[in-house]
Amino acid sequence: MSLRRRTSLLDVIAASVIVVSSLLCILPFIYIVIVSLTDPSVYVPMKLVLIPRKLSLDIYRYILSSPNFLNALKSTVIITFVGVAINIPVTFAMAYGLTKRKLPHRKVIMGLVIFALLFDAGIIPNYLLVRSLGLMNTYWAVILPAATNSWSIIVARSFLDSIPSELEDSAKIDGCSDITIFVRIIIPLSTAAIATLGLFFAVSHWNVYVKPLMYLTDSTKRTLQVYVATLLADTQGAGNAAAVGQDEFLLPSETIQMATVVLAMLPIMLVYPFLQRYFMKGVMLGSVKG
Amino acid sequence: MAHFSQTSSAVGSHPRLLKDHPRLRQYVTHRQIYLLILPGLLYFIIFKVAPIWGYTVAFEDFNPFKGILGSKWVGLHYFVQLVHGKYFLEMFRNTVVISLMNLVFYFPAPIILALLLNEIRNEPFRRVNQTILYVPHFMSWVVIAGVTFFLLSVDVGVVNKAISFFGGKPVSFLSNKWLFWWIILLQNVWRETGWGTIIFLAAMSQIDPTMYEAATVDGASRLQQIVRITIPSIMPTIVILFIIQLGQIIQVSFEQILLMSNPYVLSVAQVFDTYAYSQGVVGGNFSIGVAVGIFKSVIGLVMVVTANTAIKRLGQEGIY
Repeated sequence: MSLRRRTSLLDVIAASVIVVSSLLCILPFIYIVIVSLTDPSVYVPMKLVLIPRKLSLDIYRYILSSPNFLNALKSTVIITFVGVAINIPVTFAMAYGLTKRKLPHRKVIMGLVIFALLFDAGIIPNYLLVRSLGLMNTYWAVILPAATNSWSIIVARSFLDSIPSELEDSAKIDGCSDITIFVRIIIPLSTAAIATLGLFFAVSHWNVYVKPLMYLTDSTKRTLQVYVATLLADTQGAGNAAAVGQDEFLLPSETIQMATVVLAMLPIMLVYPFLQRYFMKGVMLGSVKG
Repeated sequence: MAHFSQTSSAVGSHPRLLKDHPRLRQYVTHRQIYLLILPGLLYFIIFKVAPIWGYTVAFEDFNPFKGILGSKWVGLHYFVQLVHGKYFLEMFRNTVVISLMNLVFYFPAPIILALLLNEIRNEPFRRVNQTILYVPHFMSWVVIAGVTFFLLSVDVGVVNKAISFFGGKPVSFLSNKWLFWWIILLQNVWRETGWGTIIFLAAMSQIDPTMYEAATVDGASRLQQIVRITIPSIMPTIVILFIIQLGQIIQVSFEQILLMSNPYVLSVAQVFDTYAYSQGVVGGNFSIGVAVGIFKSVIGLVMVVTANTAIKRLGQEGIY
């Protein structure tokens, strides 16, 4: 229990700055959500409306019935789920292997991981590689190059190192093979780390933009982020090209764009509050040099 | 004990082979471990090492149909062309300016915010705010570009709506050359300041509380305690992160710039990566695209090595 102190000027300043910062972080989102809920009949472009007179889900209904949007959503969901399903086994298996101090050439392999941390060949070489692997216009072009990454391996290894070796030793005595130990003992003990890294992977798959832009040339395979970016760019140049909704109201492009952006970030926002503590733990793990 | 029975049963017919080659025995003992490592190892070899082979493209007049081996060798031709090209200085300047602005304006922000967060005694208040502050970090650049658009756009941006409301004329912020760098900076500050406090708060939590108690007994004010205890204690963290960021000076967020760039601001927005992208992926001039990439990687490598050496000189542990 800390000493009870008078509220000083420092406290006031600190609290104010923090509250203002927090407001700056969420107000833009709140504004966008509110405007996206405006009923099309009361929307007036260029009018500053902070609280619309009439709220409705019309815009969302329109978007959710649009095949382009649904395709984009499907692409992103596929990439995210398949991506994480690959990320976790690959990352943890390799990290576990790297905890074995007696493994021949372990240092070389670890060196490779660190090398990848510092060095990236660049956009074009990677592009040429994907092309030559025949992955153009497939989801694999986005998923495989993201199968794992150095940081995750390092964090996972740090975590796995903390599992006492006595557990493995006693399993060995009972006749378990390495893989059995990994699957039956290590994995079940690692749910926290798996959840944390899994979430980081999922967020990065969901948000990826450049790779799908380059590799998924089919407009039906476009991911959500690419779809949103295209939507925003369209009206930026072309002026207010609006859409016609079911009620014969001209659906204003601004609200369509906003609602689409909201939908693009919605899953992360929904999942976020519950899992925020996992994210923080993960970063703390990573910041302690293993 | 279990080890030996495992290996000798697997290669029971060749006991001499194993006895004479201890290295081989080690490989066999660890064969399942190697199996576990294999997918990851393949990943690093295929996606991190193999692309380097693509560097040869920069030294050739690359023709995608002829492939790497079939294209004509031109040596440093494209590098020379790059350095003498009219965009080179622009790209260089833009990259350095954006990075330096980040270093000067963004870098202190998470530190200051962390110091303030550290002073909050009310746990629930602090945690709620932290939760909120981390939100922008998880948004994609597309969403952030979208938010920026909804704020600053000349057609639909809130700021311009407010300006109109008060009788002014809408300003086209997003096509203004002079504002571009500041918009990029603010986006970065908005997105990363909250999340960036984590590492500093972690460092602060390691500080011995008795130091603060002793200082209070000696009559030090809280401000003095921050300046004399907290900041010096996290200085190693600050220095390392600063030098790492300095080493990354050639690295500018490609995605962010790509999304915010438009023809009006191209002269201040073009950086090495975006040029490589537009030349290579979009334009098909792979050779110059890779040349740009190599150039950037070389500078980046030099910076990272210099930065790491600097860290080591200061007595801290480097990245490698």
